[in-house]
Amino acid sequence: MQGQGGETRAPYREFCEWFAAEEPARIHRKAQQAEAFFRTTGITFAVYGQDEADERLIPFDVVPRIISASEWRRLSRGIEQRVRALNAFLHDIYHRQEILRAGRVPVELISRNEAFLPMMMGMDPPGGVYTHISGIDIVRTGANEFYVLEDNARTPSGVSYMLENRETMLQMFPELFAKVPVREVGDYPINLLRSLSACAPPACGGTPTVAVLTPGIHNSAYFEHSFLADQMGAELVEGHDLRVVNGRVAMRTTQGYKPIDVLYRRVDDDFLDPLNFRPDSVLGVPGIWDVYRAGGITIANAPGTGIADDKALYSYMPDIIEFYTGEKALLPNVPTWRCSDPEHLKEVLDRLPELVVKEVHGSGGYGMLVGPAASKKEIAAFRAKLEANPRGYIAQPTLSLSTVPIFTRSGLAPRHVDLRPFVLMSPAGIIITPGGLTRVAMTKGSLVVNSSQGGGTKDTWVLED
Amino acid sequence: MLGKTAGSLYWMARYLERSENNARLIEAGFRIALTRSNTARAEWRSVLVTAGSDWRFAQAHGEDYTSPRVVDFLLRDPANPSAILSVVKQARDNARTARTYLTREVWEAVNTSWMTLSGLLKRQVREDDLPDVLAAIRQQSAQVRGAFTGTMLRNDGYNFARLGTFLERADNTARILDVKYFLLLPSVAHIGSSIDNVQWETILRSVSAHRAYRWLYGTEISALKIAEFLILYKQMPRSLAFCCDKMNDNLGWLQRGYGEETEAGRMAEAICRDRLSRPIQSIFDGGLHEYITDFLRANAALAQQVERDYRFVE
Repeated sequence: MQGQGGETRAPYREFCEWFAAEEPARIHRKAQQAEAFFRTTGITFAVYGQDEADERLIPFDVVPRIISASEWRRLSRGIEQRVRALNAFLHDIYHRQEILRAGRVPVELISRNEAFLPMMMGMDPPGGVYTHISGIDIVRTGANEFYVLEDNARTPSGVSYMLENRETMLQMFPELFAKVPVREVGDYPINLLRSLSACAPPACGGTPTVAVLTPGIHNSAYFEHSFLADQMGAELVEGHDLRVVNGRVAMRTTQGYKPIDVLYRRVDDDFLDPLNFRPDSVLGVPGIWDVYRAGGITIANAPGTGIADDKALYSYMPDIIEFYTGEKALLPNVPTWRCSDPEHLKEVLDRLPELVVKEVHGSGGYGMLVGPAASKKEIAAFRAKLEANPRGYIAQPTLSLSTVPIFTRSGLAPRHVDLRPFVLMSPAGIIITPGGLTRVAMTKGSLVVNSSQGGGTKDTWVLED
Repeated sequence: MLGKTAGSLYWMARYLERSENNARLIEAGFRIALTRSNTARAEWRSVLVTAGSDWRFAQAHGEDYTSPRVVDFLLRDPANPSAILSVVKQARDNARTARTYLTREVWEAVNTSWMTLSGLLKRQVREDDLPDVLAAIRQQSAQVRGAFTGTMLRNDGYNFARLGTFLERADNTARILDVKYFLLLPSVAHIGSSIDNVQWETILRSVSAHRAYRWLYGTEISALKIAEFLILYKQMPRSLAFCCDKMNDNLGWLQRGYGEETEAGRMAEAICRDRLSRPIQSIFDGGLHEYITDFLRANAALAQQVERDYRFVE
């Protein structure tokens, strides 16, 4: 919120004027109302392995994170470039693999990668789109320094929080939106529906039927699944609602089986089809893979996209972008050591207390080491894990993430944040919702923003020009 | 709509109706237990039979038919899947599954009801708090109903939910009659001693209709009239005839909407025609007990047929 000299940064000026004139007690009351609102609306997430208190709220902070129009222009150009490159990379990897032939990405990084799906070789997903929905995690370290921390090309979640956070702010502080010109985010669901419909498969005749596939009410992101289906007016289906009928994937309706054209699946590749992938899965649809190959259904995101957001591959993203777009990456990567490389590994082991080390296949902030925050014992234990399986890890410097204030009992206090903008891709083009989901580490000094680790969220404002 | 979603709406409504019915049974039982301690145990036992939970109770607590034990069993005992707490939880789970078909208002009402009741029923309810807790259950249920009738589109989903409500309600009223039919037997009434006042009041209280009865029949209390009121009287929203009329409406809507006649539709019509379009005297002549047993069976068969016809499960 403040620049280097402690002055209020321009995008925050109007908000700060408003805030200064407000009674803290009133804001505190509003914050409590927001919590009650989240509870009655059921905006909760399930925490695995905790039986009774199995539904939790993600802490919501009432101070918005504000991005100026010009900052957003820059960011969105970089994001668009990145998503186009990811999609081109996926197409290439599952076709001619020119980037491997050119030696820009090592072959074994693909061939020995669990996220690589050989069955996708030669497949053309409808509309040529692999990553219908992606989320690009961005951090800021200085006035004009943004880095991409991570790409999410499988099933990025959190968009419902982006939408509900805005809804909540509009209900709590309507007067604020009259003062500050904030760009809309509410058209995300309709854009999602349009975008998915534009990718309908060849077998679709007429208006495409879109459905959202969820693992069910006990999944941690169930709220989001039902929210998106509801907002799109699409059916929310589970594996046992579906079966293959006459060469199409069909859902069991009260009037018999009805074919689905586009399936926005929120289950992982492994669980999609027990006949072709994991035989013990009950979440997917037996035979869906064959229907997919025959052009009978669109699966969003396409199977096999995980190869693009693999953390080991991440360090090659600048090369990948250049290879496919012919341009330098507009948004830089965080410098990354690949522990599979002996020289890199040595440096990482030497500097362990100052680095962040992540599992290549991990997510949700689990299984990572934040060097500066770890005890000697934790570092020693991690060193052993790293030496045993160096290929499973990457390391990055601990960034001095920007902070944004949160509202606490004792007034405003700085906390570290990141940002996940959501990107939709279809043959009709790329749509990036202004802003995205801002995640905030609610504990002082903490760098971990994941909701599974106690992180919270904020409304994100992109200002009008 | 998905068969599963239709099933979830139907079960959501059934469970909500069940929680309200159980609250009413507890209320009636509690009243007797307070005023007539000598018959309390028998009364609690018949409440358990009506709720279909007597054998589970016996398994868990033997013959301990005391007020605190039975009330706790019906409200929140984990050993009882029909306890109000677990029934409301199931209603909410079904509402979550069918969330996309519910308006925000209905979902929030169901969710709030679950949050409120799981708070109130966290611990065993003290006897002097019981009236408040039962009032809260009634109130939550009224809020869900209000949101439902006030905001839901009158589409297939609405009709499936209503179907669940009336199937459950008819089942409940018939069970009350089934357990208490011996009080209404002509042999008792004919002797000239009118039925025990407290007993008939309990029956009527179990369906929240003791005042309505008085409005209609004045001070005349007879077995025939009470049975007529609960079975055939169409303006009484918990009578069998009322429920079956509504089921017929809902199934009629679904059949017209889908352009397809179903076995369930035919069965519902048959129930109205054969069982509810005859004078009360003829029902007594054929045997009240047999009549109720037959009705319960037909109602259960209809419920099963609805699940099949509309593909709730594979």
